[in-house]
Amino acid sequence: MQIRSMHFKARAGQKLADVVLQENLRKAKSKFVDMRALAIAELDDFEATREAAKVLRDRTLNDLDLWLERFELEATRRGATVLWAKDGAEVCQRVVDIARRHGVKKVTKSKSMLSEEAGLNEALEAAGIQPVETDLGEYILQINDNEPPSHIIAPVFHKRREEVSALFARVHQLAPKTEIEAMTREAREVLRPHFLSADMGISGGNFLVAETGSVALVTNEGNGRMVTTLPRVHVVVTGIEKVIPTLEDLATLMRLLPRSATGQSISNYFSLLTGVKQADEQDGPAHMYFVLVDNGRADLVGGEFAEMLRCIRCGACMNHCPVYQAVGGHAYGWVYPGPMGSVLTPLFAGIENAVDLPQAATLCNQCGVVCPVKIPLPDLLRRLREKQVEQRLRPVSERLTLKLWAWMALHPALYALATRIGVRYLKWLAGGEDRIRILGVAPEWTLGRDFPAPEGKTFRELYGQRNRV
Amino acid sequence: MRVGLFVTCLVDMMRPRIGFSALKLLEAAGCEVTVPATQTCCGQPGYNSGDRASALGLAKKVLAEFEACDYVVAPSGSCAGMIRTHYADLAKDDEALAARMARLSAKTYELSDFLTNIAKLESVPGNFQGSITYHDSCAGLRELGVKAQPRALLAKMPGVSLTEMPGAEECCGFGGAFSVKFGEISAAIAERKCEGIRAANADAVVLGDLGCMLNIEGKLRRMGDEKTRVLHLAEVLAGDTEDKF
Repeated sequence: MQIRSMHFKARAGQKLADVVLQENLRKAKSKFVDMRALAIAELDDFEATREAAKVLRDRTLNDLDLWLERFELEATRRGATVLWAKDGAEVCQRVVDIARRHGVKKVTKSKSMLSEEAGLNEALEAAGIQPVETDLGEYILQINDNEPPSHIIAPVFHKRREEVSALFARVHQLAPKTEIEAMTREAREVLRPHFLSADMGISGGNFLVAETGSVALVTNEGNGRMVTTLPRVHVVVTGIEKVIPTLEDLATLMRLLPRSATGQSISNYFSLLTGVKQADEQDGPAHMYFVLVDNGRADLVGGEFAEMLRCIRCGACMNHCPVYQAVGGHAYGWVYPGPMGSVLTPLFAGIENAVDLPQAATLCNQCGVVCPVKIPLPDLLRRLREKQVEQRLRPVSERLTLKLWAWMALHPALYALATRIGVRYLKWLAGGEDRIRILGVAPEWTLGRDFPAPEGKTFRELYGQRNRV
Repeated sequence: MRVGLFVTCLVDMMRPRIGFSALKLLEAAGCEVTVPATQTCCGQPGYNSGDRASALGLAKKVLAEFEACDYVVAPSGSCAGMIRTHYADLAKDDEALAARMARLSAKTYELSDFLTNIAKLESVPGNFQGSITYHDSCAGLRELGVKAQPRALLAKMPGVSLTEMPGAEECCGFGGAFSVKFGEISAAIAERKCEGIRAANADAVVLGDLGCMLNIEGKLRRMGDEKTRVLHLAEVLAGDTEDKF
């Protein structure tokens, strides 16, 4: 996907001014937050499960190459083909090659964020292959002129029912429906012929199980099953960090993933797909491929951002993020929004291409608290800010202000004088009121709120006076 | 016990009375309080902006000023959190310094945490009459576990009725430099916070951090709310809530 993260601030401003979006975001927010809170309360010991998940993810990632080799061996043994892609372009090339080899004209897809990273739909279309998104949310976006998703598990988080109703009526040329159930039925009827006529299905993968060579898929709509079992070719496109050693490990992570994502104890569908259709089996593809993607992940192994690789893509961090709740996912400008996106986007798409994202956080740590694999997201955002300073990506004015502040704070006498003058100036600016309505030194503050006036003297001068009396 | 009061830069500049309230409370709890005269800033602005060198310089200064105290107390979860959870990381390249920082961190407390769990303050001097809703500031809550402590202290005041607001644990949108780098987003988050505060319909919103205080008061007033008072916990507990200035 083309990156637009450098325009974060301008886009965020547009999103804040979008009355419809603001209402949608407010409605959607509490649903995810409240349902997760209820779902994690079902576990006897949520914190111990989190810790176990963190440990198992770290242990696997420390030997990532070995577990990937094991996965390749087991998947190959069961008739699948494992291919590797170092970046988005290679993903597109591998998938188009597979499609051509099998004479594929049409592809059904279930949700895959990696396919967004790679821009796979455009590549398929350019090769004359029709991609059909079958996840309801992704389908809505595709027929809406390939709009990008705004959330990693709820791609149309930003849309309300009325917008979808109008879109369906226009694209499907049918009478507008008002009930969600009726709209879903309509989408199903439109999609069914595609499911039956597609030659190839592309899915993502929530986890790869090394000991069995399987891919685990967590879905709620059932489209994932149709995509992975009906066509003669199934291609799994997923990141190399998704591998875990055993089915036991999968059970641990599955206690956390649906609960953290949608607040479900278990998703409506959970598929564990292993190898091609055997002689004694009725369903399944004749050909199964794994395209396992690096695209910046391998460089993170063992480094200062390695903890980010633990991410299981549940979306809890964005659901609980005050900034995401205020501006929605599109403002972030690439595939992954919210706190995890603000870490991944600079790492995958270039730190200089997403300078605002690590800064656009209050570091409130609500994300770190809810993360099911205990990724210290605020620490990683802070570390990215350090990289920006090291690489001189911050504006000169900001660098000078910080240096000046630190220098003054190291010289107490000078600091005392400067703060005395400063607070008197602010008091004067308030003009006898208890607030400053326009603050010239920090104009952004007073765009949307007042700045309370200081009392007029510093604690240190008052304390000094008191002790002299 | 000898307690060093870390006033914090925002209290020093914006609300000195809160510093005196904190002093009064610590003395009421039987502490011998020292206020190092050269103290300035804990280094958090630099630390959170990626300028580790500046932050480390200030951390060393705080260490020198407060190392001799039995405890360090700040009327701020944010500054206490900076010292308690981040100083050791700042000094990690120097083993001896990191060990000294770790000792400083271990004896540094947010005011309400200290009064409740260390000084075990029995009765509070203040006599506030009215309803209060408490805003949990992010660093106090999520770095230091400050949640029950301020409520336990307020419960010692017979005239106070506590009404919880929806989303008490949600960020107010301040975020330090974030509030001026992304002013519109910051103000939008503050608006939601203030809607929650107003839903509690209390006489005052009480909190333990100056950043949140300035942000919330500024937003409430801009929204036209002239009625809801915005008070620091120390002022309420110390009985310093009459308008003096």
